[in-house]
Amino acid sequence: MKILVTAKRVEDPESKIKVKPDGSGIVQEGLKYKINPFDEIGVEEGLRLVAKHQGEVVVVSIGGKEVQEQLRHALAMGAHRAVWVNHTGPVDQLGIAGLLQKVVEKEQPDLVVLGKQSIDDDQNQVGQYLAEFLGWGQATFASKVESMESEQEKNKVPAIVVSADKKSVQVIREVDNGLATVECQLPAVVTTDLRLNQPRYASLPGIMKAKSKPIEELSPAKLGVDVTPAIQVLKMSSPPPRKAGIKVEDVPSLVAKLHNEAKVV
Amino acid sequence: MPIVLIVAEQQPDGNLRKATLNAISAGKQLAEKAGGELHIALVGKDPAKAGDELKGFGAKAVHVGAAPELEHYLAETYAPAIAALAQELKADYIGMASTAQGKDLLPRVAGRLRAAMATDVMAINGSGADITFTRPMWAGNVFADVKLTTPVKVLTLRATEFTAAAGGQGASEVKAFSPKVEASKTKFVDFKEVKSARPELTEARVVVSGGRGTKGDFKEIEGLADDLGAAVGASRAVCDAGWVPNDLQVGQTGKVVAPALYIAAGISGAIQHLAGMKSSKTIVAINKDPEAPIFQVADYGMVADLFKVLPELRAELAKLK
Ligand SMILES: Cc1cc2nc3c(=O)[nH]c(=O)nc-3n(C[C@H](O)[C@H](O)[C@H](O)COP(=O)(O)OP(=O)(O)OC[C@H]3O[C@@H](n4cnc5c(N)ncnc54)[C@H](O)[C@@H]3O)c2cc1C
Ligand SMILES: Cc1cc2nc3c(=O)[nH]c(=O)nc-3n(C[C@H](O)[C@H](O)[C@H](O)COP(=O)(O)OP(=O)(O)OC[C@H]3O[C@@H](n4cnc5c(N)ncnc54)[C@H](O)[C@@H]3O)c2cc1C
Repeated sequence: MKILVTAKRVEDPESKIKVKPDGSGIVQEGLKYKINPFDEIGVEEGLRLVAKHQGEVVVVSIGGKEVQEQLRHALAMGAHRAVWVNHTGPVDQLGIAGLLQKVVEKEQPDLVVLGKQSIDDDQNQVGQYLAEFLGWGQATFASKVESMESEQEKNKVPAIVVSADKKSVQVIREVDNGLATVECQLPAVVTTDLRLNQPRYASLPGIMKAKSKPIEELSPAKLGVDVTPAIQVLKMSSPPPRKAGIKVEDVPSLVAKLHNEAKVV
Repeated sequence: MPIVLIVAEQQPDGNLRKATLNAISAGKQLAEKAGGELHIALVGKDPAKAGDELKGFGAKAVHVGAAPELEHYLAETYAPAIAALAQELKADYIGMASTAQGKDLLPRVAGRLRAAMATDVMAINGSGADITFTRPMWAGNVFADVKLTTPVKVLTLRATEFTAAAGGQGASEVKAFSPKVEASKTKFVDFKEVKSARPELTEARVVVSGGRGTKGDFKEIEGLADDLGAAVGASRAVCDAGWVPNDLQVGQTGKVVAPALYIAAGISGAIQHLAGMKSSKTIVAINKDPEAPIFQVADYGMVADLFKVLPELRAELAKLK
């Protein structure tokens, strides 16, 4: 199987994000960057599927030169090769999905795995746009039934199940009020939720090997995609701060506050 | 005249999903600001009953499309039906509640119409052709004002930021239409519903949430929730461990709640958790660690062991009755 996985560069989720005083963006100084956590889960799932069914995992990232760091991270985890769409200007979800569509048409994978959302924009759109553009089936929010600490997870069994004839996949989806299972004909688009798997650490030999794995360079112009954004971020601001609360010493004073002051019990 | 089309959602049992009412209220606001009119759409195998319920919300029309192929929700079959209706109505805005279904379906509709989309809209600003939307980024650390520049604009609307629309506002015309049906490469297999006797997390007036500090023992959390008629919530750590269903996760990637009272016990208050509960009216935090970040958003904090505090709290609350 050939599995295409995205690897977006995002701020480390542990970072403190601050808005610039003029609202034009966020303060970049001191920030650390990572592969989007949902994409890392996608790489892991791709690797598990390939371990079971043979094939290769190809990672794709769109952005400036710096996104090669995230591609190398995925390669160090075990991905086989990488595609870098070199683009430094603004790009929105339509643009990203348009570029990914061209990469997919070029690579012709059996499965495309993306994160359900990226932790910077939190839009939750690219996978669905891409599936529609390609006319493929989609299974968003892929999850699993076992806990992340289960024996099965520890034994690294893939949660996305490929049929015996390799023509379809069964995917469990985490939705409101429960778990839905769908079956998609291949090729298909899957987006990952948090509890799909626990990504592996890149090993030292993995990191060494990654250095010599190929990264192919493409660009929006080469792919023939206009990426002029249709979503304009006009202004960013900090959410209104909550007023500082108080500490209470004991339960009777807590209940008194809730009853008399907040009037919620 | 700008047309705002709000997509209604049915629960598996055929009843209307409550968050739809919040989306309708946002749609009404948008229609007013844009100087346009509100329409409501509902599709499914048998949507007539829920369609009827939608009559009283002051929409210009309620469009109800029934087809046997739409028995089980799938983005692939619902998207063509909604997109074709939107084109026929010449809708300028298409909106739906930010539920799992809204987030799965609307980007696919947007893709069909080559429309730009804003997810989790919290506020609608401006008027006429100059409408912008406020939405959260970086786990709610940033609020961004965004403008969509495609002719059709697609939105999911955060239920906690818009009051539920009230019914009884005249009778909208209910129009039946034949939804566009397309073959699907995806098949519904099954749905395992997590049923609970407690109120739904996103609609409850009180939420009692437990974190890793509970070590998986939710007895007191659930007991307190039942005493208060509250919903039970959890942090990611608790869901990952398999102690409670995933469905109870509150946060950036879980549910967004804004109850009158949110009680967090044994939750550290990671930014991703705060993203889902920071708009609660009153927040109570119980945590052993005085440095836990949850205390920065809590109105009332107690530095104490939850296993000691929760039983005391239940006893003290019982005295009020
Ligand atoms: C210099 C710069 C300027 C920008 N300007 C704008 C702007 O003007 N308007 C705007 O809306 N956004 C802008 N962005 C943000 C941004 O890149 C897109 O919005 C983003 O690609 C989509 O993120 P999302 O969170 O909405 O996607 P989601 O739909 O939440 O992401 C889902 C998944 O899509 C995949 N994916 C998304 N982006 C990439 C990528 N770059 N490479 C590989 N996989 C990816 C990942 O798997 C991700 O997990 C800008 C970014 C940069 C770097
Ligand atoms: C991409 C991404 C998305 C995420 N999305 C979410 C999300 O949607 N929701 C979410 O919740 N998290 C989310 N997280 C995880 C989040 O970062 C935290 O790891 C998580 O919220 C921690 O859960 P916790 O507070 O229960 O556990 P911990 O951080 O381990 O905190 C446990 C707390 O319990 C206290 N404690 C322990 N014992 C007791 C006791 N006996 N009495 C009182 N207090 C006690 C401790 O002092 C500690 O503060 C996400 C993370 C990432 C990277």
